[in-house]
Formats: sequence, structure tokens, C-alpha cells
Amino acid sequence: MAGNTRFCLAIMAAALAGAASPAYADYATGLTPGITSTSREIYWLHSLAYWVCVAIGVVVYGAMMWAIARHRKSRGAVAAQFRENARLEIVWTIVPLLILVVLAVPATLTLIRMKDTAAPDLTIKVTGQQWRWRYDYLDQGVGFFSSLDTKSVDASKLRSGIDPAGVPNYLREVDNPLVLPIGRKIRLLFTSTDVIHSWWMPAFGYKIDANPGFINEAWTRIDQPGTYRGQCAELCGIGHGYMPAVVVAMNPADFDAWLATKKTEQASAAAGAERQWTKTDLMAKGQEVYGRICAACHQPTGKGIPGTFPALDGSPLVNGPVSGHMDRVMNGKPGTTMQAFATQLSDVDIAGVITFERNSWGNKTGDVVQPSQIKAARK
Amino acid sequence: MAEIALHGEEHGHPTGLTRWLFTTNHKDIGTLYLCFSLLMFFIGGSFALVVRAELFQPGLQFVSATTFTQMTTLHALVMIFGAIMPSFVGLANWMVPIMIGAPDMALPRLNNWSFWILPFAFVMLLSTWAMPGGPPTSGWTLYPPNSLQTGMAFPFVIFAIHLMGISSVMGAINIVTTIFNMRAPGMTWSRLPLFVWSWLITGFLLIGAMPVLAGAVTMLLTDKYFGTSFFSAAGGGDPVMFQHVFWFFGHPEVYIMILPAFGIVSQIVPTFSRKPLFGYHSMVYAICAIAFLSFVVWAHHMFTVGMPLAGELFFMYSTILIAVPTGVKVFNWIATMWRGSLTFETPMLWALAFIVLFTIGGFSGLMLGLAPVDFQYQDTYFVVAHFHYVLVTGALFAIVAAVYYWLPKWTGHMYDERLGKIHFWISAIFVNVLFFPQHFLGLAGMPRRIPDYAVQYAEWNMISSIGAFVFGFAQLLFLYNLIRAVRGRGPRATAQVWEGAHGLEWTLPSPPPYHSFTEPPKIDDAQAHS
Repeated sequence: MAGNTRFCLAIMAAALAGAASPAYADYATGLTPGITSTSREIYWLHSLAYWVCVAIGVVVYGAMMWAIARHRKSRGAVAAQFRENARLEIVWTIVPLLILVVLAVPATLTLIRMKDTAAPDLTIKVTGQQWRWRYDYLDQGVGFFSSLDTKSVDASKLRSGIDPAGVPNYLREVDNPLVLPIGRKIRLLFTSTDVIHSWWMPAFGYKIDANPGFINEAWTRIDQPGTYRGQCAELCGIGHGYMPAVVVAMNPADFDAWLATKKTEQASAAAGAERQWTKTDLMAKGQEVYGRICAACHQPTGKGIPGTFPALDGSPLVNGPVSGHMDRVMNGKPGTTMQAFATQLSDVDIAGVITFERNSWGNKTGDVVQPSQIKAARK
Repeated sequence: MAEIALHGEEHGHPTGLTRWLFTTNHKDIGTLYLCFSLLMFFIGGSFALVVRAELFQPGLQFVSATTFTQMTTLHALVMIFGAIMPSFVGLANWMVPIMIGAPDMALPRLNNWSFWILPFAFVMLLSTWAMPGGPPTSGWTLYPPNSLQTGMAFPFVIFAIHLMGISSVMGAINIVTTIFNMRAPGMTWSRLPLFVWSWLITGFLLIGAMPVLAGAVTMLLTDKYFGTSFFSAAGGGDPVMFQHVFWFFGHPEVYIMILPAFGIVSQIVPTFSRKPLFGYHSMVYAICAIAFLSFVVWAHHMFTVGMPLAGELFFMYSTILIAVPTGVKVFNWIATMWRGSLTFETPMLWALAFIVLFTIGGFSGLMLGLAPVDFQYQDTYFVVAHFHYVLVTGALFAIVAAVYYWLPKWTGHMYDERLGKIHFWISAIFVNVLFFPQHFLGLAGMPRRIPDYAVQYAEWNMISSIGAFVFGFAQLLFLYNLIRAVRGRGPRATAQVWEGAHGLEWTLPSPPPYHSFTEPPKIDDAQAHS
């Protein structure tokens, strides 16, 4: 038994060393202090609460270990028969109460500051959906989706044979990060188009739930340029683990330049909807969109997951009239994971993906759907 | 007297399958509950091992993201409603009547029914594996709209939860009624053993909380199949309302799973300290205070959901306030041990580990209660570590302690003490290897309920999985030790069993007769609570 005790102590010592030693920083053991005043306050509160617990633990466990070591029958201890001491009961009720006040006061002040979203320099709407984020720069007319990077997608498949250690920022990389300026007060609005998600950015010090039909808000002011990573924190279905959030913080001047570029990009993309597309171009576009948006459920093979996600390969809907197929993609199927993509994808994206689905795997309808048809159907 | 004896003889020893199917005997029903919960413990544990095997390293090696998420959902449902809760009801069935000097439970036929609902509920729940689409991928909390995307399994899961709720409420009514009406003369409220006190309060929590859960899941059912929109903003509802209703049940539920554990530890610590419980009255008040607070803290599960400042502050203050009565309990256990004459038989070891490790869960609970910091902790492995410290090293350790403590009474035979100690030490060490690193993972940014993770979390996940497998398989030692005692392999147990034990259960022979206390015992101060 003594041997067991020593082993137990060794493990606990190793765990404590792991928690304390800076050499283990890469192994990620502690809370990040973050890069905003809020995140630093939270980190400070976390440390305060932690050390209060350690102090109480030393007293409580110390008394307990003393009794275990000294007041044991094998050492000849004879049991005293004292009981009930009102004064002692009052002391160990009042003292913890005072400790709680010490914790509650700074926590209250931090919470009040966190709630102050007044007078922002910039407002961004963050929309969660299964399973990606959308960022809209309100007042700027810029908005885009942010999905898991394709290298991570490939490596994360069941028995993919790809070592995640070789994928840069595995499961924490996106195609389009949220770009933000440093030094400005940014208000973030959170909502969702389907189920509840939660946008977590540890460097900001918080996560906020994105609820369908409701808007939550928070604010941040970033101190240092850099790339910061987080992910969805509220279980939102099977793709929950594959929904990272990445923030790139830059100087205001660089941010303004980035915003201008993004505006031009989006204008030219909108122009693409007007022209006539070739089947080859639509198939290529559709394959890209399918892999990014549809494959998570309907699978790259188009076979779906029986009982959960229907197969597109050989589906009567996909091989039926174009109008029915367009309606399903654009308006979704209420009560299921199938969303209304009309509001989420561009005319070109929808035209591409429908053309792709109607001419892939065993589906050979030969149909070509033009972006102009989608544009017309929106009215 | 002769008439009573004859009467007892007549119904004395039914045998075979019908004994167990039709039994109204509290000891038989207690045994059924305990065996059932042991089975569910191994089923729920095997789901957990699938989860930990998949998390052993980054990437998906064994199961799909869908199966993984279904495993986490069913692990929780089976462990909470199948293992922990029924085992406490089983302990209450066995021990409450003989601790208060009653011949049986107040409502024996109801008792039979409340048990026999459970196997059907769990067959229905587990049969969802065979349904198209499989079990829900929404976690045991069944948050809409996510849970409304479940396939054919959805109504079966909800009806299973209804059945579990009915069983729990009937069990609770029975226990409360028994404690109120069946106490032997002289068994006054201030002489009631702490285990009985803790179950009395738990009974009220069950009666208050379970119907709320039934209401919440029924609203899910009508939202999915009957066109209501309680939880859909498009129809004027609110998905967050489900969380409020659910956690109004969910938080008392947490204390339903820990108050009886407090009661058990309050029986065991005095026995092996050979010293009366230090503050009997403050222990009872603390249980009542915790039970009251449990109904006004629910939204601390939802700090990040978007609440007004006043709401966040109220739920933060009420939550951290729970630390006070909980602290009173821990201080009283230690004061009971202080200047006692301690010995460390297996039940005492489990009870001491409970005090140490449950307190760790209490510390992380206090940290989680601080609302601003919870904006970082919420929905991470820090939370997973926290509730496994209170439910595994808390509730489960107390149940194991109780089984070792009362097993000689139930079977009339001692378990293998050496094996019990080996079981204890392996469990106590590896449960920490399993759950302690999860604190680090959560702080470092790993969310809960994800099938795959970024590579910086690989080391601690691997250590945690190793802990899980050793801890899990160590429970087979427990199973072996139980079977050994039940089959009468150990030395015979005396009526007293433990040198320092006090209370009515130790006045009966080991094992007690099929019908005990057909004549009420007389209770004086000397025999009162330990």
C-alpha cells in the first residue's frame, strides 16, 4: 500500500509540474491571457479563483491528511467523542462567504465592462450554420463564408491515411478568415440560420452563442496584429468539430486596403451572374461548391448516409425536372439539415452545383442550369 | 406473534423467475435496481471507451463523426438515468426501511412497477442503434433545433425518457412516503440516519424536477410532429427557452445524483472513525440549503446564451453561494475524522477518495460559477473534467463505497478485502489519469463533444484515454468481488460487520431475514444515528 501511495504522489507531482512548467507550453495546458483588455481581465480572474482554490485545498487536504496520518487506530489512537460546535459551524460558514465576496466583486465589474457594446467603430455580423461561419461587414457591403480548409477536410475523413500532424493548423484553418483592424472597438453580432452554434475566440476571452432567430452581441478591441484561432463550442450536429473560426488582426491601414480589395472582388463576382456559362466551367464551379458545402452530408460519392442524409446519386429529385431540383437547393427542406441555400450562395454557385449534381456519378441528365435562371427564380 | 410469523412464512420465499417479476419485497427490488444499474454501468462505460478510443489520437480511426456523437449522447443518458439514479434508488430500497425500522416500503406494488418500467425504457433507448439514422447526435441535453434533426429514433428516445421519469417519480414518492409514515417509534427526525435524510430531500427534488423534463421533451415532440413552435423563432418561439426549461430540471438533477452520495459518506466516515458525525444538525441544514439553491441556479449552464446583465449576476451569485453549504459538509466530515480512531477498510478508502476528489470537482465548480470566466470555460473539456469529478469520483465512488459497506449485510459474506483495496487503488489513480488532464485540455481551448481535435491536444488526450481504459477494465475486479460475495465464497459476516457501525441495519443478522422488523424495534439515543 505504501508503494501505491508513492506512485500516486509521483503522478500528482508530474501533473502539477506539467501544469506549472513553461517547457510544456507547446502542449497547451493553460488558459490564454489573450489579446484584449477583456481577455486579460478574465485571465486574471481565472488565476485569482485558481489560487483561492489552491489555498483552500491546502488547508482542507492538510487537515484531512493530518487526521489520516495521526489519528489512526494502528497508531493506537483512541476516538474522542466530541460533536456539535455551533461556534465552529458559524466560522466555517462565514469565512467561505467572505472569500466568495472577494471573488464576486471583480467578477461583477468585469461582467459590466463586457456588456458595454456602445459606440463601436465597426460592426460585424457573425452567422453560424451547419457547418461554417459567415461574416458580414455591415455598412461596408462585404460578406463571405468561412469554411474548414480543404487539407483538414481531407485528413479528417475516417481512416484517411493522412497524418493530421503534417497538416498545418489541422482543423483550425479556414479558406476565408475574419479580418479585423487592431485598436478599434468592434461590435460583433451573432446569429444562426439553422441550429445553435457558439463562436469561440479564446484570444478575445469569450464565446457567444449564435441562436437562430435571435441576435446576441459582444465587443472587442484587439491590441496586437496576428492570427488567432478558435472554433464552434456548441454541439451543432456531426460537423461540430469541423467549424473553426480564424481571426486575422492587422493595422487599420492594411485593413482598409483589404476591405477595398474585397469590395472589388465581390463586385466582379456579381457581374459573372449576367453572362452565359459553358457546361465545363459550371461543372468545375459546381464541383468546388459541392466539395465545400454539400459533401459533408451527401458525401463526395453522392451516396449520402443511409437513414440520415439522402443519396443524390440516382435520386428521383436530382434526375427529375430542373425546377424541383432548384427549389430544393434554394429553399431547403424544412425540419431537416437541408438548408435554404438561396440566401447563402451566389447565382453562379447554385447554378454550378445543380449542373454538377445532374451530371455526376450515375446521374446523366445532360442539363445545364445557367446563373441567369437562378437569378430569375429568386424573384 | 405466531400468526405474524406464519404470515411471513406463507409469503416468505417465492422462488424462480416469478419471485423477481412479481416481487413487492423491498430487498428483492433493491437487488433488482442494483443489478440493473450495474449492467447499465458497463454498457454506458463501453460507450465511453469507444469515445476515448477514438480520441486516443487526432484523426478518425475507428468510428465516424456521427457514431462518435451518438456514443456521447447515449453514454450520458445511460449513465445518468440507467446507472447512477437507479443505483441510488436500489440503495434506498434496501436500506431505508431497515434503517428506520420499517417492515417494507410504504407502497410495495408501486415499488415493483417503478422498477419494471426501467428495463423496457432502456431496451427502447438502446434499440435506436438499430433504427435508420441511429440515436440522436444532439447530446443528452437534446437542445433544439439540433435535436429536431434526429431521424426515426427521436420519438423512441423521448418516450424512453418519459418512462424513466415516471419510474423516478414513483420511486421518489414511495421513498418519501416511507420515511414520513413508516418510521419505528422513537425514530424521530433528529435521529434519522443521514442517508435517510439525504434521500428524503432527494425525493422532493425528483418530484419537483422530473415532470419539468417530461414537459420539455414533450414540447420537442410536438414541435417535431404536430406543428407547434415552442422552440422555433419562425413561429414565435425561442430555442433558448428549451434550455431554461431543461436546466430547471437539469440542475436539481445534478443534486439528485449527489445528495444521496453525501448521505452515504456521512454513514461511512463515522463508522471507520469510531466517532459520531461531528455536526449532525448542520449537515441536515446544509442538505436542505443545497436542495433549495439547486432550483435557483439553472442558468449558470447558459451564461453564454445571451442573458441580460442582471440575469448573469443573479445566477452567478446564487451559484457560487452553493459553495458555502457544500463547504460545511466537507468541513464536518473532516471534523468527524479529527481525533477519531481511523481504520481504512475498502468502504472507508472509497469514502475518503470521494471527499478529496469531489472537492476538486467543487473547486472547478466554483471557478465555472464565475460568469465572466465561464465565457472561456463554457462547453470545453474543463466542464467535462468538472462534472466527471462530481459524478464519477463523486456519485459513483460513493455508490461503490456503499456497496462495499453494505454488501456483507446483504449477502452475509465478506468480500475479498485485498481485492477491494486493489480495485480501489487502481480506480483512484487512473480516474485521475483519465480526468485530470481534461482540465488542461479545456483551458487550452479544446471544446467538448468533438470527434477530432487540433494536434496540440494530442498528448493529454492520449494520457486521458490510457486512464480511461485502465479505470474501465478495473471495474471487472469489482464485478468479480461482488459475484464472489453473492455466491457465498467469503468468510461469514457478523450482524455488526464493522466495529464502529451504529444504526438499526446492524442489529439485524447478515443477511437479514426476507421480512425484517415485522415488529417495530425500539429506538433510544444509544442506537440513534451514527
